[in-house]
Amino acid sequence: MAEETPLFKVTIDDQTVEVPAGTTILQAARMLGKEIAPPAMCYYEKLENTGGNCRTCLVEVSKGSEADPRPMPKLVPSCRTTVMDGMVVGNKTSEKVVEARKGIVEMLLINHPLDCPVCDQAGECKLQDLSYEHGAEATRYEFDRRTFPKEDLGPNIELNMNRCILCYRCVKTADQITGCREHGVMNRGDHAEISTHIHKALDNEFIGNIIDVCPVGALTDKTFRFKNRVWFLKPVDAHRDCPTCSGKAQIWFRGNEVFRVTARKNQWNEVEDWICNTCRFDKKDINDWTLEKPAEVSKTSVIRQGHYTANKIQPEETFPKVVKRDPKILLDIHNVSEVNEPDRDISKIHGPATSNDYKD
Amino acid sequence: MGQKLLLKNIDVPGIRYFKTYFENGGYANAAKALKMTTDEILEEVKTSGLRGRGGAGFPTGMKWSFLAKPEGVPRHLVVNADESEPGTFKDRFLMEYIPHLLLEGILISSYCLGSNTSFIYIRGEYAWVAEILEEAIAEAKEAGWLGQNIQGSGYDLEIVVQRGGGAYICGEETALLESLEGKRGNPRLKPPFPAVKGLWGRPTVVNNVETISAVVPIIEIGGQAYSERGVGRSTGTKLISACGNINKPGVYEIDFDLSVEEFIFSEEYCGGIANGKRLKACIPGGSSVPIVPATLLLTTSDGSPRLMNYESLSEGGFQTGTMLGSGGFIVLDEDQDIVYHTYTLARFYRHESCGQCSPCREGTGWMEKILKRIHEGQGKMSDIDLLWDVQRKIEGNTICPLGDAAAWPVAAAIRHFRDEFEWHIDNPECLVRNYGLANYGKPREIIQTTN
Repeated sequence: MAEETPLFKVTIDDQTVEVPAGTTILQAARMLGKEIAPPAMCYYEKLENTGGNCRTCLVEVSKGSEADPRPMPKLVPSCRTTVMDGMVVGNKTSEKVVEARKGIVEMLLINHPLDCPVCDQAGECKLQDLSYEHGAEATRYEFDRRTFPKEDLGPNIELNMNRCILCYRCVKTADQITGCREHGVMNRGDHAEISTHIHKALDNEFIGNIIDVCPVGALTDKTFRFKNRVWFLKPVDAHRDCPTCSGKAQIWFRGNEVFRVTARKNQWNEVEDWICNTCRFDKKDINDWTLEKPAEVSKTSVIRQGHYTANKIQPEETFPKVVKRDPKILLDIHNVSEVNEPDRDISKIHGPATSNDYKD
Repeated sequence: MGQKLLLKNIDVPGIRYFKTYFENGGYANAAKALKMTTDEILEEVKTSGLRGRGGAGFPTGMKWSFLAKPEGVPRHLVVNADESEPGTFKDRFLMEYIPHLLLEGILISSYCLGSNTSFIYIRGEYAWVAEILEEAIAEAKEAGWLGQNIQGSGYDLEIVVQRGGGAYICGEETALLESLEGKRGNPRLKPPFPAVKGLWGRPTVVNNVETISAVVPIIEIGGQAYSERGVGRSTGTKLISACGNINKPGVYEIDFDLSVEEFIFSEEYCGGIANGKRLKACIPGGSSVPIVPATLLLTTSDGSPRLMNYESLSEGGFQTGTMLGSGGFIVLDEDQDIVYHTYTLARFYRHESCGQCSPCREGTGWMEKILKRIHEGQGKMSDIDLLWDVQRKIEGNTICPLGDAAAWPVAAAIRHFRDEFEWHIDNPECLVRNYGLANYGKPREIIQTTN
């Protein structure tokens, strides 16, 4: 009979969960939900030996365990620290953590431009989310930023090193899933940069996955760059019979046009199945794919904002709820006004909607 | 002062060579150790209270006892000779002048730990020292003190000298192991500690050159006698590399009950401040430990003399104290400019940061730029508080202690010499750069030159 793994009780931000021994604080926090889970820019569950670099997931352990209740002297990376029975962890409730995270965001933004309006990662950028949640409204950094020319990593991938935060995810992805050392970190300190040896092209069949693991807009898909913004697209789970990979992907539509193909991601924005370059870069015809269902998109995601037709939830009428009767005069803006025309399907409009699109 | 333990034969001509070393009692302690059981040696080291001499001061015997001993899995001893801390050069001295002491220490330690292949990871810039070690290893092997079946004991040991690529971070034990494995010298996250998963995933002990060398006198005089030399938890003797504005820079073996004042001013050691100047400040443990001004250096908070040991130097925390660290004793006289000095250190740590974790990678560069601005006369008063805040965001938030090492000098400089920073911002022309004087208390017109 297999030996049972003991369960450890861990309290994170005043919520308690029981997890198997060997679970990290981050994994335990993720079991409690998105509100509790610390942010992670470098940790990637699908890859081995990731985490610990970006320091955004630092948490305060105010009680080590039942056996040794002493607090840990320093903040610890939750992605690489395993829980102990009776451990008490402060994440968003810890002032020290919030302060440290604010500092780390400020440091990450030193050499990462906030050029979201022109960055292809806008709408999907974890650093953008992190800076909204933990950052300051202004930077105190007054010196020149480091700049790099754009670099082609083969025919389909472009590296914009200016935006890289050196999370090492792409390096570990290339090492672990492509089976060969494709690229790495050159130089050190704030001169460190991701690159290939003497601008070598990355031509491995699975190298496209480094685009998906990049938390910012440093690695981009050249077949999609500047073609559209993600909030105008509809992600749909689809599959195809692929001899190289599982063929399970997410295709991003606008009308009937497939603008890009990515791997499917879970709620933590981590890839579920790695896909090959052929699926990702070459299969841009809707006939290549068997559609399954609309992809699940977090309700807080900007990607949802463009899906007006898919949003069937009617706003709650607060008036009857508060005054216990219907209003005497009610202007039903949805039906009476012509501002919103329910029959218009914005996703079928090519390009951002203008007033001309509403003229018959 | 008692008899020297590490440097007792240092003045013997030709002690670098095996023949002379052997004739002066060399390898007798190794022979003694090979007749002991490994548990007996470990017990002697534990009893001695020897603390790691690389800077952290962790008890060596305890570290050795953590070593995992899975059946059939090789274990390793790695000697950290990547001495790269500015101001610290004691290990170089030991390896250069009496290399067989280290080899004998490695032999005893490796036997105790069950390592049959041990490594000396030496700083790449110490090229000639690496050659001396390789020569000494060849001599010891020829004499039967290394290799197969050492002196008929049935114990085998090979020592490999590995030259580093010249990165400061490779002195951090896990970065050292990465580098030794042929990878980029980035620190690993701990746990697992090297004692469980070290070189190539095998149980490994990483110790400093001086620590391993100190095992020889421990076997010679016994752990108990060694522990009686010293004060409190600072046992045995310590090598101090003294430099800066003193009359007699060099490497000294001291007892832990020696006062800082005597060390700086007595003829036996540093011989006082050079050129008859006054003492301004000191960094007693290598550049990463906090600087302390003269007023706090010589006495502790209760007015008693501050001693050259772990506890006394750290008395009062970083508010009034500092650390013994690796024993790189840097003395600054009254002419030294703290702003320039701090900028130099910040430049070093920015250059040496591996860039793996965000606070160290970005923060060290930010601190350097602010300090450069102040040094070049472009600083603002708000820069001081900004610097303080940036170092606070780095300290304790990084993978390895390099972040702390970069933050502490800046924090201590602001804590103790804030007025000098303010003066520097008010008086944009750096006096040290222009006139060789850091006479910051005086009005500028007094020191104007005729050009």
